[in-house]
Amino acid sequence: MEIRPILSSLRRHRIPAVLIVLEIALACAVLGNAVFMIGQRMANIHWSNGIDEAGVSVVTVNGTDPGLAASDIPRDLVALRGIAGVTAAAPVTSMPLDQNPALTGFTTTPDGKTTVNTSVYFLGSGGERALGLHLLQGRFFNADEYADSGLKDFQSTGHVVLVTGSDAQRLWPGQDALGKTLYANGESWTVVGVVGDVLAQDPNFSGPGGRYSSVFYPSRPDGMMGDYVLRSAPQDRDRVVREAVQALGRLELGAVVEGKTYAQMRTDYFADTSSMVWMLVLVCVVMLAVTAFGIVGLTSFWVGQRRRQIGIRRAVGATRGHIMQYFQTENFLLSGAGVVLGMALAFGINLYLMRHYEITRMPWYYLPVSALALWLLGQLAVLGPALRAAAVPPVVATRSV
Amino acid sequence: MFGYYLDLALRSLKRNKVLTALMVLALALGIGATITTLTVLKLLSGDPMPQKSAQLFYPQLDPYPVSQPFSRSGKRMPFLLNYVDAMNLIHAHKAERQAAIAMSQVKLTPPSGAGKPFYAQGVLATADFFPMFDAPFRYGSGWSAADDDSRAQVAVIAGDLNARLFGGANSVGRMIRIEDHDFRIVGVLRNWAPQPRFYAVHLGGHSYGKGEAVFVPLQGARADGMMPSTMMGYGKSIDVEHLESAPAIWLGLWVQLPDAADVAAYKLFLGNYAQEQVALGRFQKSHIALSGLMAWMRSEHVVPEDVRLQAGLAFGFLLICVVNTVGLLLAKCLRRSREIGVRRALGASRGAIFAQFMVEAGIVGVVGGVLGLVFAELGLWGIRHQPAQYADLAHLDLAMFLFTFVVALAASLVAGLLPAWRACVVAPAPQLKDA
Repeated sequence: MEIRPILSSLRRHRIPAVLIVLEIALACAVLGNAVFMIGQRMANIHWSNGIDEAGVSVVTVNGTDPGLAASDIPRDLVALRGIAGVTAAAPVTSMPLDQNPALTGFTTTPDGKTTVNTSVYFLGSGGERALGLHLLQGRFFNADEYADSGLKDFQSTGHVVLVTGSDAQRLWPGQDALGKTLYANGESWTVVGVVGDVLAQDPNFSGPGGRYSSVFYPSRPDGMMGDYVLRSAPQDRDRVVREAVQALGRLELGAVVEGKTYAQMRTDYFADTSSMVWMLVLVCVVMLAVTAFGIVGLTSFWVGQRRRQIGIRRAVGATRGHIMQYFQTENFLLSGAGVVLGMALAFGINLYLMRHYEITRMPWYYLPVSALALWLLGQLAVLGPALRAAAVPPVVATRSV
Repeated sequence: MFGYYLDLALRSLKRNKVLTALMVLALALGIGATITTLTVLKLLSGDPMPQKSAQLFYPQLDPYPVSQPFSRSGKRMPFLLNYVDAMNLIHAHKAERQAAIAMSQVKLTPPSGAGKPFYAQGVLATADFFPMFDAPFRYGSGWSAADDDSRAQVAVIAGDLNARLFGGANSVGRMIRIEDHDFRIVGVLRNWAPQPRFYAVHLGGHSYGKGEAVFVPLQGARADGMMPSTMMGYGKSIDVEHLESAPAIWLGLWVQLPDAADVAAYKLFLGNYAQEQVALGRFQKSHIALSGLMAWMRSEHVVPEDVRLQAGLAFGFLLICVVNTVGLLLAKCLRRSREIGVRRALGASRGAIFAQFMVEAGIVGVVGGVLGLVFAELGLWGIRHQPAQYADLAHLDLAMFLFTFVVALAASLVAGLLPAWRACVVAPAPQLKDA
């Protein structure tokens, strides 16, 4: 395909050509950044979590008399374990993603300093199995450790702790974490086990450093334990939650009992994020449609204006394919200029967003991908007008001269 | 003349229906997206207290030790106060009004037989809270500073809680059970929910949404064991039994300073107070801060970042739509070179041609604006069905309604400039010869 005649024709129609290039450039820049933001948010929504999310449900009991916890909690647990389908039940102080963070900074020396916000969990007897923690190294807590530990001012009075794999690597790089001592606020605990990474109680608040930083302590029943973790088969969980709320409602008359599956808890935590994702997707789709409309409109106009010229070309021997190719190549060149400009613009927007918002650098491959998408869009949009151009009969050339 | 242009424009728009529909639709989508996001942005970044925000200030002190700074960069001050400093500042009475505030999730037990207990947002505050924030009372009033000191078990409840528990009747003098303690109701508010909830920033709970349910005196509520939602320690650990003397920040303090001289005087007082505390050995740093309400909202990023990103995205989208409209209008007008040639030959001036094409662009804008309004209402309807905390508030107000047309008309006229200019410089002779 000869490009020169196309270029010389475009030079005569500078303004419409510039408009198409500009429109494609803007669309390319917005698309690249929007897709990048969608990708980042989707990654957040799918953060992995080292508990049995499909099988865990949580029943929260608030407003009980903390002084009665030592007798109330064992009584409640008997009732919960009696529900058909419940394979494990345990009281805990909080849950990953429950948006009610209890954070402490932990160090490997008595007077060390840290900037990492670590989520602190206290588990009642059997809590590791109820949550479905994955043991990577060492062991879970034994019965003595549960009986001998409690909490005061949200610090463990026991001597043992479980840490996550990420924390084990961060705190003791290249070493075995088992048997090491963890310090906070003048107290210390021995690491007895390492578990798979559990998400923080509020990862958006804790930041990237604290996302997978969690510690687990054993504890005897305590008034601070407001959540019961129930584990069941995934298909039973909705019924288990319903029955558990009813059972505890009968036992804890003055309390407020609420239950939800862990799947619901994750959905709730990421509700804002997923509505932003939908909004971005919607804007991208509509924007691409508008851009395509613009290309169809301008190219149609061009075809209409050049009917005579097309007729003459057909009369002197050009095939329909040649005419099609002409418009396709023309669009290819315009889109090409558009996406080059658009990629530069996308990079600039990303730099601006990085300075003013909490947004990271866009990986380079987003640029060619969005460029390719717009190139394809341009070719699709030009198809209709190009077909109409190819259908112009050669006889047009002889008319109305 | 305008009527004639209008007629010409309508004829021209009717002649090519698909192209016209494309222009209007694209413009309407851009307008709809922009107005939707701007409505939300305006709603979220608005002034929660337009009549008073210029007089409300938020003082900050720094009781953190040098070895354990509040922020590593040193740029941020602790955003709450400890109890001792909050009380010292209140009792100094250096501002016209001053109130310390903490938030707490509290259990409310309805009178026997009226339903199950439930949790609601409670405010622990000192007496000046109501007059300082112009909280409107339906029945009764707030409590007095004497009630604060005597740890009185009194409460102010919100209008919707009054409707729920007492059927909307005057409940002043009746009792309400909060966290298993009985409080005497002294006041019932009308609907009162400043957006954003500026007084609750960093104290826990949402920044937007419905107002609080109950308000109780800080000291009285603490005597009953109510715990603040947020506390941050700067000692070994927080002794929750003795929060009042613990090295922990958990209170927000607001002061009312009517004019610039008062602000300067209060700043001086605050600086002297911090230096005094350094001399006493209580503080290690003497820096202070005193922010106005709106400045405080900005510095604490109360408006969700996503909302500002969405507004930016919508503007980018509108720009694409405008470029698109320029292209389509231009295509239309170039196709009509012959018509322009005839009109020019018959005596129409360049200005007349320009005006004619601008009228045509304006019609596209007005129609696009009407359709854009429909899209905006649709978008806001979508937002109201999102789980976001500000979802209920997303409504188009009159100002935004009018603004929609201004944006639509401005966008279409800007888009029409280039095509109209191209049209009016068409030379008549070649066009006529060609025909």
